[in-house]
Amino acid sequence: MDVTPEIIRDNLTNLVNNNQRVDGRELDEYRDISIETGVIPKAEGSALCTLGGTKVIVGIKPSVGSPFEDTPDVGVLMTNCELVPMADPSFESGPPSPESIELARVVDRGIRESEMVNLKELCIEEGKHVWMLFIDIHVIDNCGNLFDCASLAANAALKTCKLKKATIVDDEVVYVEDETLDVPLNHNVALSTFVKIGDKMILDPSLEEESVLSARLSIGITEEGSICSMQKGGEESISKEDLFFAVNTALNKNEEILANLNTE
Amino acid sequence: MIFISEERKIREDGRKYNELRPIKIEAGVLERADGSAYVEVGGNKIFACVYGPKETYKRRLLRPDKGVISVRYSMAPFSVDSRKKPGPDRRSNEISKITEDALRPALLLEGFPRSMVEVYIEVISAEGGTRCAGVTAAAVALADAGIPMKDIPAGCAAGKMNDEVVLDLSEIEDKNGQADVPLVIMPRTGEITLLQADGNLSQEEFEEAINLAIDGCMQVSELQKEALKARYVLE
Repeated sequence: MDVTPEIIRDNLTNLVNNNQRVDGRELDEYRDISIETGVIPKAEGSALCTLGGTKVIVGIKPSVGSPFEDTPDVGVLMTNCELVPMADPSFESGPPSPESIELARVVDRGIRESEMVNLKELCIEEGKHVWMLFIDIHVIDNCGNLFDCASLAANAALKTCKLKKATIVDDEVVYVEDETLDVPLNHNVALSTFVKIGDKMILDPSLEEESVLSARLSIGITEEGSICSMQKGGEESISKEDLFFAVNTALNKNEEILANLNTE
Repeated sequence: MIFISEERKIREDGRKYNELRPIKIEAGVLERADGSAYVEVGGNKIFACVYGPKETYKRRLLRPDKGVISVRYSMAPFSVDSRKKPGPDRRSNEISKITEDALRPALLLEGFPRSMVEVYIEVISAEGGTRCAGVTAAAVALADAGIPMKDIPAGCAAGKMNDEVVLDLSEIEDKNGQADVPLVIMPRTGEITLLQADGNLSQEEFEEAINLAIDGCMQVSELQKEALKARYVLE
């Protein structure tokens, strides 16, 4: 159990109330973002996203499986997250913690609800064979704001993910040698996470800022500017004004974040 | 006329029988860890992270007279060809245990009674020989964390393929090979702290494999020292 000293809480809160932050950033300023794709040779799609000191690797393994009974003609998307002890002394090995499940589900929702992946095109034969994309989030270093970092890494990994070309011969799935397809993507999505400290909403919290947050809000926005997912966390409430301010800021910042995906 | 070449056959990836895959070692790569290291051996990419010495929360491990080491080896789901289910399995539990045994003889934990040193080995990309590379990484991370040690264990495997004893099997060689002998030594004394073997080897071949692997470990050891110097020695 980590205890945050009151003096740090007071210091951070006073700074934010004066529109300042410990690392000298503006309240709506991201830390440096860099994305490297193709980092895992064994994964069909992979990306390492660095956000300040936070590092997240996302790897994608596609495999052919059976579709769900109620959606026989769409592919399957599975997002899984492991908060390994390497990333943070407070992470423990063992069954997934509520935090890791929340992270995986928020990233998943951003991808799913925005219809980023055209799941219909992942169908090989209706009712029998579809592509299943396993998106695995592996946190390397936790220095705050895992949500945005994981979401960017997942988006970048999907963009570079290659599927083998599959056809049906005598009810069996046969792969065409040396022919690959890109994962059919409709658009990009970025997640913007705010925390409330004092009476302000600040973007891209560092680990220290996360330790004193009263509330957290993550907003997923597509490149066309439609809001596709949202998650409120933290122990206290936020006001309607806070919410609208955050949404407005996120919409203004979205293009800037998504630009990091197109630097390759 | 037939010439019989003295040189042995060159391997699939162009290496000689006694040549290691390209190795990269870096110390101090993680922000939150007390000590850390990143190792690449061929296609293997491995992080090692050390916390401690800290209070033992695993009661059954507690020793009143000295500190203990606890290792967890784990592979990322995307590190292998077909996705691995997250979480420990029988293989990774065994590797965690033998890695503890491989590192413990080098540690001087007498000064830390009732405490533990935690080591986490995360394989994010696997290409044969992860247990040796994992020990190599963990040893550098332990040194980076400032844990008192009398030596820095180094690991490397030898094996047999096409009836020939070779150093540092890659994944393809391991699959098609006839034997695999992972080895970890303490380079200052040459004492062996990890040894496994599977496959078929004659006594002669076994001795040759051990000698080759020791040679490989010594090369790895030099790179470990260089990595630590690069982090801590000022020019």
